[in-house]
Amino acid sequence: MSQTVDVGTPPAPARDERVGQRSTLSRMLARPEIGALAGAIVIFLIFFIVAPPFREPSSLATVLYVSSTYGIPAVAVALLMIGGEFDLSAGVAVTASALVASMVSYQFSANMFVGVLVALVVALAVGFINGYLVVKTGIPSFLVTLGTFFMVRGLNLAITKIVTGNVGTNDVSDIAGFEMAKNIFASQFTVGGVAIRITLLWWILFVIIATWVLLRTHVGNWIFAVGGSAASSRAVGVPVNKVKIGLFMTVGFMAWFTGMHILFAFNTVQSGIGLGNEFIYIVAAVVGGCLLTGGYGSVIGAAIGAFIFGMANQGIIYAGWNPDWFYFFLGALLLGAILLNNFIRSRAEASR
Amino acid sequence: MTTTADTQTETPLVRLDDAGKNYGTIIALQGVTLDVGASEVTCVLGDNGAGKSTLIKIIAGLHQHTHGTYEVEGEQVKFGSPREALDRGIATVYQDLAVVPLMPVWRNFFLGNEIRKGPAMDLAAMRTMAKQELLDMGIDLRDVEQPIGTLSGGERQCVAIARAVHFGAKVLILDEPTAALGVKQSGVVLRYIVQAKERGLGVIFITHNPHHAYPVGDNFLILKRGRSLGYWRKDEITMAELTGLMAGGSELEELTHELEAAGTDSSGLREVAQVFEQEVAELHVADLHVGEPQTPASGSTGSRPDSTQP
Repeated sequence: MSQTVDVGTPPAPARDERVGQRSTLSRMLARPEIGALAGAIVIFLIFFIVAPPFREPSSLATVLYVSSTYGIPAVAVALLMIGGEFDLSAGVAVTASALVASMVSYQFSANMFVGVLVALVVALAVGFINGYLVVKTGIPSFLVTLGTFFMVRGLNLAITKIVTGNVGTNDVSDIAGFEMAKNIFASQFTVGGVAIRITLLWWILFVIIATWVLLRTHVGNWIFAVGGSAASSRAVGVPVNKVKIGLFMTVGFMAWFTGMHILFAFNTVQSGIGLGNEFIYIVAAVVGGCLLTGGYGSVIGAAIGAFIFGMANQGIIYAGWNPDWFYFFLGALLLGAILLNNFIRSRAEASR
Repeated sequence: MTTTADTQTETPLVRLDDAGKNYGTIIALQGVTLDVGASEVTCVLGDNGAGKSTLIKIIAGLHQHTHGTYEVEGEQVKFGSPREALDRGIATVYQDLAVVPLMPVWRNFFLGNEIRKGPAMDLAAMRTMAKQELLDMGIDLRDVEQPIGTLSGGERQCVAIARAVHFGAKVLILDEPTAALGVKQSGVVLRYIVQAKERGLGVIFITHNPHHAYPVGDNFLILKRGRSLGYWRKDEITMAELTGLMAGGSELEELTHELEAAGTDSSGLREVAQVFEQEVAELHVADLHVGEPQTPASGSTGSRPDSTQP
């Protein structure tokens, strides 16, 4: 490393006259999550105005809870998308984790944490297989994970039927270790009379960790790089395959975590749930400013995207609108958010 | 270590002897001999499909040679990955692959070599160093935070070169750095090549433009259809000869006839044909000289052209 000590403080940080004074506002507008933030504020205000129950603090807690159950997997899905890949199997992987934990502990009369750990191994393995197939075959992750999506979905139904003779699992609430596991994954506490679910805290923690990793560590640098240009990254010595497999396994981890929450919140798991959630994770990431093509995005943005979904999901109920229209409204809201996001981003880029 | 005890005073940084590469039954490259020492520029010239990319990939560690030898500082090597080549101080600046366009300049600069401070990166140090290092190479960027995709092609090349120099490269492989650039920007890049050479690096400069190669080069290798046409020191070849060999005199002549035949009814084409005719006339002069250097008498390089003019 060349060190130029004698110059004193290097003149580098001095302002360059060619960079016009960029206002704090335009700096902020250049951030990937800014469109989602604007969209979230608009949607929040709409529901705040049209739906009086939405204004209750307990409603906000519910919205945040719903958001967190989608937001936790969306953290990993956003990282994966920044790394240039997709995972369509994330939704059913959540269900698979919950099913495995439940059935292993119940059938072997084992401590709850045995099931929890086996489920973790299974979830990481699904992620690993996804990642390995993608990097080794070069087949687009859309297709690879579409395949594993159907396979896991089939396994969820078939194995549950074989093991329990039913479409759902047995109640696990009297198995040793259940209480402790519930405390970790599905407890709630009250702050100022409002019940807060612990998933909200986990969600915030995961967002902070992921953002720190993405922006402040060399691994984050590599994630941006493999998504932006895998070939360039490989040429400068970035372990592209390891990064991608690691990202798929991170999705597996977050799917496992969400699955554990579902198991310990409801005690039983239906084998058919979780279908379609993978799209909500992806939409949260995209609304949050992640580029579908990779190399650009933000985990905070994905969290805001999940929050938008949570608001829409609950807000329609609070507003007393016909829930049949939910998906139409959801699609329209998301499309609007994406358009707004695009508009603001292009404005921000033009003003650079 | 065993093969280098010859008369040479200085062991070249990189040396290929009769190296070649087959992809199955396809011979991609054959009989290539070249060397580059410290503060030397070795130019590899050839048209599209001449085997330049295969040669780079072998030296850079993306592919392995199947024939001949490849030595780094006198030691025979066969690299399994670009990382291994990098660890030996051989850095490649690819034409398109040099950078990740969406990432800021400083992140690109340190990509794969991030400065760590505990578990995190030392952001402040990386930003300052990137700016300073680019300044030292004479690249004055407005802002190292801007995505590198917003820089001009020449600037991007220069950032990539500065990056390789900063990270202790002993040998720089430049893959057609001037191919997509205008005259002025090409000049800027050529200046950096000279600058890198002056800093004691060996440079392997791949190009198809003899006008770019000749002023900066010390050694010249010409490839054609996967074979070496010959290897010359600068004092063994002239600019005109180099151009002639590159263009392939006889092919140019053929093209002239074709144009003439087609151009009997079009004054524009006739003009083009005349220009070509002139060039061919000059090349014939060059061809006469080239006869000797193709089998260099000096013996210092040990190179031997595999084929005379087809």
